[in-house]
Amino acid sequence: MTDRPATITPCPNGPLLVRGDLDIVDGEGRPVPRTRRTVALCRCGVSTIKPYCDGTHKSIDFRTD
Amino acid sequence: MTDLMGERTATEYEIGDVSIGARGALSDAILGLMAGDASRADDVVEHARELTDAEAAEHDDDIQLSLFLLYALSYGSLGQHGAQWEWDTRLIETRLVLERVFEAAVRERVGRLELPAPRASEVAEALFEMTKPTAGPSLSRYLARHADAGQAREYLAQHSIYTLREADAHSWAIPRLTGRAKAALLEIQADEYGGGVHERMHQVMYARTLRGAGLDDAYGRYVDAVPAITLAGFNLMTMFGMNRRLRGAAVGHLAAFEMTSSIPCRFVAEGLRRVGFGDDVAAYYDEHVEADAVHEQIAGRDLAGSLAEDEPQLLSDILFGAAACLAIEGCASDFVLERWQAGESSLRESAVARTIAGRAAA
Repeated sequence: MTDRPATITPCPNGPLLVRGDLDIVDGEGRPVPRTRRTVALCRCGVSTIKPYCDGTHKSIDFRTD
Repeated sequence: MTDLMGERTATEYEIGDVSIGARGALSDAILGLMAGDASRADDVVEHARELTDAEAAEHDDDIQLSLFLLYALSYGSLGQHGAQWEWDTRLIETRLVLERVFEAAVRERVGRLELPAPRASEVAEALFEMTKPTAGPSLSRYLARHADAGQAREYLAQHSIYTLREADAHSWAIPRLTGRAKAALLEIQADEYGGGVHERMHQVMYARTLRGAGLDDAYGRYVDAVPAITLAGFNLMTMFGMNRRLRGAAVGHLAAFEMTSSIPCRFVAEGLRRVGFGDDVAAYYDEHVEADAVHEQIAGRDLAGSLAEDEPQLLSDILFGAAACLAIEGCASDFVLERWQAGESSLRESAVARTIAGRAAA
């Protein structure tokens, strides 16, 4: 997807933004479908589309610090 | 605008593939010239000046339809109609007169805003605070739980004004930004346009949603059916995108738009499936649950935050754009919800509105 190394950016009170070439796999090691260059990984635990973020962290007042 | 037979008496014009009715002297003149009568351009500035005293310009049918048509000349959204009029000085002057009235009305509505420090983290935090989800009644929750198939089609028709041109309004701002903010806007917009894959372009996905719901995906088909406030939502973001001096507002608008999208889109997808539509119709909303959870993060820090750091004089307009988005979009949603709760249609009485109602009953 890009020549630059993959980056993971933690968003305050929100998901991890993943940019660049990185395999995302499930518990059995199967690849998780990825349809966009930049994805957001859930880290509050309540997303309905895990491993991706669906914005619900905002409804539960999730804090990262 | 109705006679005893309940038929609209406003003049209808054929513009490209669609029929659009005038909502006052100015929109009548603009539609007339778009339909081929060049002499109508002589009166437009004068008609626009007659509208400068309008109260609540966001609800004024003639102002909002006229702005919509003038912007359509630049978008080429109505069958590429009227390209020769795009830079006509009389129409540009008309647009400026209307934009001044509209912007003043929105600024008055929004009022004074508290400004964060011009640092990316604080700007992002302030924007997330402004847009945080509320637990109360909302149009998307109503759609999830109570709406019927006819109301779901109304919702899709109302949203066709913006969504069949999704992302285009904010794309006007791309060359008006530089540096980090420009890169961030491009990262969002590239995803809006499907990462270069035609069938994943959000506007193309929305056309598929309309067709799947038995609606027409021709741009402008439902203009006659939507109220001024629906047109105002699209006009607002276009005005921000097309005026360089308002580029801060364009950025703030996009941030607020993205930050208020993922959760409502999940409710809308739920509602569409509940009333019996399939994955082909809901796919657009499924896509936005995931996409806008990414976009809102980029928009808060990398786009709005970087712009505030690099051009701190734009900070107040970034916040204004966000507040304007919330005010106008909120007003448009409330309009639909209130009509439905009163047992009425949210659509303007028109021939095309009856085609939606007809399908709903079928």
